[in-house]
Amino acid sequence: MSEHEYTPKSKVGKWFNDRLPLLTLANHLTDYPTPKNLNYWWTFGGILTFCLITQIVTGLVLAMHYIAHADLAFGSVEHIMRDVNYGWLIRYIHANGASMFFLAVYIHIFRSLFYGSYKSPREIIWIIGIIIYLLMMAAAFLGYVLPWGQMSFWGATVITNLFSAIPLVGEGIVTWLWGGYSVDNPTLTRFFTLHYLIPFLILGLVVLHIWALHVPGNNNPIGIDIQKPSKDTVPFHPYIVIKDGFALLMFMIVFAFFVFYTPNILGHADNYIEANPLVTPAHIVPEWYLLPFYAILRSVPDKLLGVIAMLSAILILAALPWLDTSKIRSAVFRPLYKQFYWILVADVLILGYVGAMPAEGLYLLIARVATAYYFLHFLVILPVLGFKERTIPVPLSITEPILAGSTNLATAKNKDSIINQ
Amino acid sequence: MKNLIRISLLIVFIVGSQLNSNAAEKAEYLKTDWSFKGPFGKFDRAALQRGYQVYTEVCSSCHSMKYLSYRNLVQSGGPEFSEAQAKAIAASFEVKDGPNADGEMFMRPGRLSDKFVMPYENEKAAQAANGGAYPPDMTVLVKARGGGVDYIYSLLQGYEDPPAGITLDDGVYYNKYMYGNKIKMSNQLSDGLVEYSDGTNATVEQMAKDVTTFLMWTAEPHLETRHRMGFKAIVYLIILTVLVYFSMKKIWSRIETEV
Repeated sequence: MSEHEYTPKSKVGKWFNDRLPLLTLANHLTDYPTPKNLNYWWTFGGILTFCLITQIVTGLVLAMHYIAHADLAFGSVEHIMRDVNYGWLIRYIHANGASMFFLAVYIHIFRSLFYGSYKSPREIIWIIGIIIYLLMMAAAFLGYVLPWGQMSFWGATVITNLFSAIPLVGEGIVTWLWGGYSVDNPTLTRFFTLHYLIPFLILGLVVLHIWALHVPGNNNPIGIDIQKPSKDTVPFHPYIVIKDGFALLMFMIVFAFFVFYTPNILGHADNYIEANPLVTPAHIVPEWYLLPFYAILRSVPDKLLGVIAMLSAILILAALPWLDTSKIRSAVFRPLYKQFYWILVADVLILGYVGAMPAEGLYLLIARVATAYYFLHFLVILPVLGFKERTIPVPLSITEPILAGSTNLATAKNKDSIINQ
Repeated sequence: MKNLIRISLLIVFIVGSQLNSNAAEKAEYLKTDWSFKGPFGKFDRAALQRGYQVYTEVCSSCHSMKYLSYRNLVQSGGPEFSEAQAKAIAASFEVKDGPNADGEMFMRPGRLSDKFVMPYENEKAAQAANGGAYPPDMTVLVKARGGGVDYIYSLLQGYEDPPAGITLDDGVYYNKYMYGNKIKMSNQLSDGLVEYSDGTNATVEQMAKDVTTFLMWTAEPHLETRHRMGFKAIVYLIILTVLVYFSMKKIWSRIETEV
């Protein structure tokens, strides 16, 4: 997207840049043309980068004091909370940071859904994003096991047992995952290793995610392509940097509130009871950010089909660029899609709510209806909508408020604007 | 479109409230003013010291406190006993140490660096002495119960005669705040059970409040630092946010677009 070739001014800079074009990269990142009409929903990419770095840095410190052993893990977490200098702060940032990370990623994903950011030519960005999301869920689940509380232990038991639903090899896979015949010390040590590995995989994928983004450039609230970079875009620095910084600070205030004043509200009380294989908690519930998928899993009476439904609910997102047949990206110009979008948001919130409740009676019924609707949205409503929907005319460019269908079309054309859609 | 949203939200609320009413069978917890609640909350030093006394004289015969050391009693933000007091407290307990040069384990008076002495050798011994029920370790107990301090405070005062129709086995007691109402711990508190050295009247309510305050501290020994630092951090963030906001406005004023 860069409009000009970059040459460093100093001789040393040029010498270095000819051998490793780091300065060209830095120049590309600061000059990167960004649509000037991005709203605050677009600031969550930066916020997510902050979340990832926070988790990695606090996680490194925690790993220096944590002991991955079934008999010692719980005590070592208490040691961090009590005796390590500011250990309580680092652990509460890490634990609440996971929730903040998911809060931000859900806003980021639903922003994409609203403005059609997953559509051509941004399918690869979207698919990498889905893989990052999957890895995030894995990392969060593995991390939740490490304190070796009751919910850690039983959550690990429930989730790993899902693999036993696979025909023929299921039981073998579960034994292999556990490293034994139940969740025990070998499970804990391998979970710790994987929990340490995954964030770096995510980091690598984030680089690809941003790289893939920088090829076509950002989508924007109007959802049309950039016509004239000089008119429609601003350089990333300082315009977007300061705006992202402002949004990040707002986010950090919310984050700080959780860390300092209600650090345990998002966790489950049972996780302050040391793991006990002989006592099953009354209700085994995952962390809030996994609840919608937990609800889908439990809404299917058959174990294998339940697992398939849960996995499909995530993987179906990867097919979204092809399930959504509409050529118009932004929901702003899709009156019907906009309604279905908000129904989907409500549907996912309902799934999250019933996921926290016991799977019986009315809750189970609601979970089933909501699960059915979830799939209906992606498999039926979206493909059909693309053909049936009467969309509102889109503007010709970001800066010019003239609509493609308007009578001023001829005038607009004279102004060198190009009709995109 | 707005109507559709309104209707769907209405449905969510109606269904949600129905679901909540189903869950509202449990007894409401007793309420009291906790000095440590809120962004400026601090522990009541005297209450912590009294609470320690209740724990030692009443609870500690069955409940361990395994993540706490005697030195913690001196730390700021806690009961803040003087070092001499804490040393005397530690020395009043016998601690198993060793092996010595002859390979023998031996008993010695406790030191500040020792962890709180456990009432039982191990979990099995604790169960054997308590009719099969394991008295949970109390260090993080308030964080390990859904209702937190309100739950513990209520439970200690929640013993009642069982309602007609409920028969209790031997060694099982009725408590209206306990999950399932059946508890293996008998009522422990009675008026005047301990004699507070500061002259406070040791009512059941007073002792329940003091010991719960103490348990909140054992679970969150850095609560006061956390509250203080949180206030500073958030004020700092707000000031920085305002400054960045105006810088942003200034920078974006170079172009026509609104930010």
